[in-house]
Amino acid sequence: MTWEIIIGLETHVELSTATKIFCGCTTAFGGDPNTHCCPVCTGMPGTLPVLNEAVVKFAAKAGLALHCDITRSCKFDRKNYFYPDLPKAYQISQLYLPICRDGKVPIVTDAGEKTIRIHEIHMEEDAGKLVHDPWIDQSRADYNRCGVPLIEIVTEPDFRTADEVIAYLEKLRATLQYLEVSDCKMQEGSLRCDVNLSVRPMGSAEFGTRTEMKNLNSFKAISRAIAYEAKRQIEAVEEGKTIVQETRRWDENKDATFAMRSKENAQDYRYFPEPDIPPLELSEGYLEALRAEQPELAEEKRLRYEKDYQLPSYDAAIITGQKALSDFFETAVALGSEAKQVSNWIMGEIMRRLSTQGLEAKDMKLTPKTLSRLIALVKDGKLNRNTAVKVFDAIFDTDGDVDAYVKEHGLEQVSDAGLVGRIVDEVFAANPKSIEDYKAGKEKAFGFLVGQVMRQLKGQAAPAVVNEAIRAKLDALK
Amino acid sequence: MELCKLSALELHAALQAGDVTQGEAVAAARARIAATQPEHNAFITLCDTPAQAPDLAASPLAGVPMAYKDNICTKGLKTTCASKILGEFQPPYDATVVERLGQGGAVCLGKLNMDEFAMGSTSETSFYGAVKNPWNPAHVTGGSSGGSAAAVASGACWYTIGSDTGGSIRQPAAFCGVTGMKPTYGTVSRYGLIAYASSLDQMGPIARTAADCAAVLDLMQGKDSRDGTSLDVPAGSLLAGLTGDIRGMKIGLPADCFGDGLTGEVGSAVRAVAEVLRARGATVEEFALPIIQYAVPTYYIVAAAEASSNLSRFDGIKYGWRAEGYEDLADLYNRTRTEGFGAEVKRRILLGTFVLSTGYYDAYYKKALQAKALIKQAFDDAFTRYDLLLTPVSPTTAPKLGESLSDPLHMYLSDIYTVSVNLAGLPGLSMPCGFDGRGLPIGAQLIGPALGDGKVLNAAHAYQQETTFHKQTPKGGDAV
Repeated sequence: MTWEIIIGLETHVELSTATKIFCGCTTAFGGDPNTHCCPVCTGMPGTLPVLNEAVVKFAAKAGLALHCDITRSCKFDRKNYFYPDLPKAYQISQLYLPICRDGKVPIVTDAGEKTIRIHEIHMEEDAGKLVHDPWIDQSRADYNRCGVPLIEIVTEPDFRTADEVIAYLEKLRATLQYLEVSDCKMQEGSLRCDVNLSVRPMGSAEFGTRTEMKNLNSFKAISRAIAYEAKRQIEAVEEGKTIVQETRRWDENKDATFAMRSKENAQDYRYFPEPDIPPLELSEGYLEALRAEQPELAEEKRLRYEKDYQLPSYDAAIITGQKALSDFFETAVALGSEAKQVSNWIMGEIMRRLSTQGLEAKDMKLTPKTLSRLIALVKDGKLNRNTAVKVFDAIFDTDGDVDAYVKEHGLEQVSDAGLVGRIVDEVFAANPKSIEDYKAGKEKAFGFLVGQVMRQLKGQAAPAVVNEAIRAKLDALK
Repeated sequence: MELCKLSALELHAALQAGDVTQGEAVAAARARIAATQPEHNAFITLCDTPAQAPDLAASPLAGVPMAYKDNICTKGLKTTCASKILGEFQPPYDATVVERLGQGGAVCLGKLNMDEFAMGSTSETSFYGAVKNPWNPAHVTGGSSGGSAAAVASGACWYTIGSDTGGSIRQPAAFCGVTGMKPTYGTVSRYGLIAYASSLDQMGPIARTAADCAAVLDLMQGKDSRDGTSLDVPAGSLLAGLTGDIRGMKIGLPADCFGDGLTGEVGSAVRAVAEVLRARGATVEEFALPIIQYAVPTYYIVAAAEASSNLSRFDGIKYGWRAEGYEDLADLYNRTRTEGFGAEVKRRILLGTFVLSTGYYDAYYKKALQAKALIKQAFDDAFTRYDLLLTPVSPTTAPKLGESLSDPLHMYLSDIYTVSVNLAGLPGLSMPCGFDGRGLPIGAQLIGPALGDGKVLNAAHAYQQETTFHKQTPKGGDAV
């Protein structure tokens, strides 16, 4: 039997407002425990939450960009449960009237185009964290994250493959970054994703019982967890077992999911309308102003790059897929570098370094100005491309000074025809066999001779000068 | 001069005229506290007054000694909510009203006893012992702001601040023969008031006269950036608006507030208020307000639901009292809350948890919200025809100690005349209007439309110009 995998996502995104959702504390990541908090976000008796209007604005911007209906009169609700990281013993969230509903996100995968429907987006506050100290066998509460604003973006169960999930998340991340409503860093938890998954026989109209997977900290983890969980469920059903509706935790090290709690043990959150925050009224004028402010998003940018810079569609999609990359690209082009060259460096060397170092584009130290200088040196014949890559590797981590590095390491390209000519003479004298081969029609011998000359000149020779000198000498021998 | 029988405004005038010194005023209050505290138990905590006397020009109440109900946060001063669970809690901040009254030159003497977490109608559920009625210590003060009412009645303070979620200012004011006002919801910032039911809670003054209440509210009211539900009302105009002129004012008497359950003495005393107001030029008319029969069940569902959530933060983790000998996290929660809360608080937490639970939410909580909207609508309709409503505060005068706690349902039902005012978010004032055969005070309630606080105070002021009930003091109040 063939099986269909049904996936829906709940994505928590931390908004990059300067202050928390209900008080004036900073949202900065890190900080010593309990230094980014106040009586309000630690839920001290008598304190009251006051809504940060920037949170509403950020959430509405996200909703508009994801083609949602914006709820003109939305409300907050309390989600009640006891846990030491939740100082009020309730989380202020939205259940009954979330700020956004019924959106859509078009995605592209190898299988083609598809639209993922957004069920809703709601605003809520983050909780703190517990740090267990095994030495004293105690847990300690850090309330720095309490009250950091989040939006939860809930999709319909529209995904059928992990590829679609990743394409959606990449699109979502790019959109939210362009809107500057979130930095979407998975390692710092500013983008967190729970995956709801069920399986059913292909062609069936009924949904199977779903499980929810948590603790997915990277796109890679999401892909692997989907593969694992789909296989687990299919095997279970094929063995005649029933799937239990439960929350499962992805264990990165064991490459498997483990049951956390079943539906029977699910909490009754006793949601009810938050009495401390008046209902929110959003006017058409307010939304109109937000629409007018909306920046150019990934899709429009990609089309523009293809048209204005003649970039290949694939390259344009990668570069516009992350705001940091497209900002980098546009700045380098604005500094006078040729678009095609900048694109090649990004697609080649920059992506290679980001990938091997597990670095996010927005955390990269290298500046467009530095890359532009490197490109200029190559263009002016001062560096050859291979040497330039060496320089790039040396300065990438620190955004070092290109000119200083080239000078210090004596890497400037040799374009002196006299010097190159002398080396060519030496190489010809040392390799008579290759010259015979060439004369006999073996073009490969030409490349060998070029390589030998380059080696003598430590790779710093201008390739065009070397090629020309060798060609001229061979022609003279004919 | 019998300082402790002056109104707050009169004491301020005497201070300003130089007839009385700040030290004498504080000493007089302290002497009354010393004389009455052992019997009345109105205070939970007493505090020192600042060495420097306040600037008497700060407000019409500057220099007047007062005190706060113990659910109002005072920086560095114990704020217990009359509960074991917050027994040693010292807030690191002042409530907005404490800041504002402080700027107006208030001189705080301490924190007042109350029902635990403001849950109760008798001030007997306090972990620190019941408050006794200054008119007869065998009787309760009413609640939950019993300490706030008793302190004014016994001359220990010229005014106090209480909180009112379902009648907690007005009912003890009535039982203790003083004047108390719950202002329109949102006109006084709730920042720093330890929440019982957030959508109903409102702080307000208890004093001898309506004019004193107006002067206190002038200092308390106004928008606060720390409370999203606070309203942008013009502050400082209530006292100036007390003309005593109520000619042409239309007053409605809801017939449903004068039916079954109301004792004859209370009914006649309140009807007599109507005659006094009529004599000053108001028109008085009876009308039907049948919806109030749903007010008590609606109130106890909404208030308990919010309370069950608001009181969840008292879990022994972050501040306050923590039980000992727990085995794990769940046990820590269980023991702390089982041992830390009293019976009435636990009853309401259980009730509130029940009505919010899956499967019961629609039948109880949702229905109560619908009833709340209908009650508000019925009052709004009444105020298209009347300027104010006149009702009793409570069906009876103060019951004996111990009578009510044995029958909580009966106690809840006695809140019938006060709770709808909170459900509808309206201003309500309780003022002395007579005594029963045993010499216990009777109160009358004036209810105004939303933001009609000035009208309510003006009518009460007019009444107090014609009567002397508010000037009566209990025996034992003549010393000093």
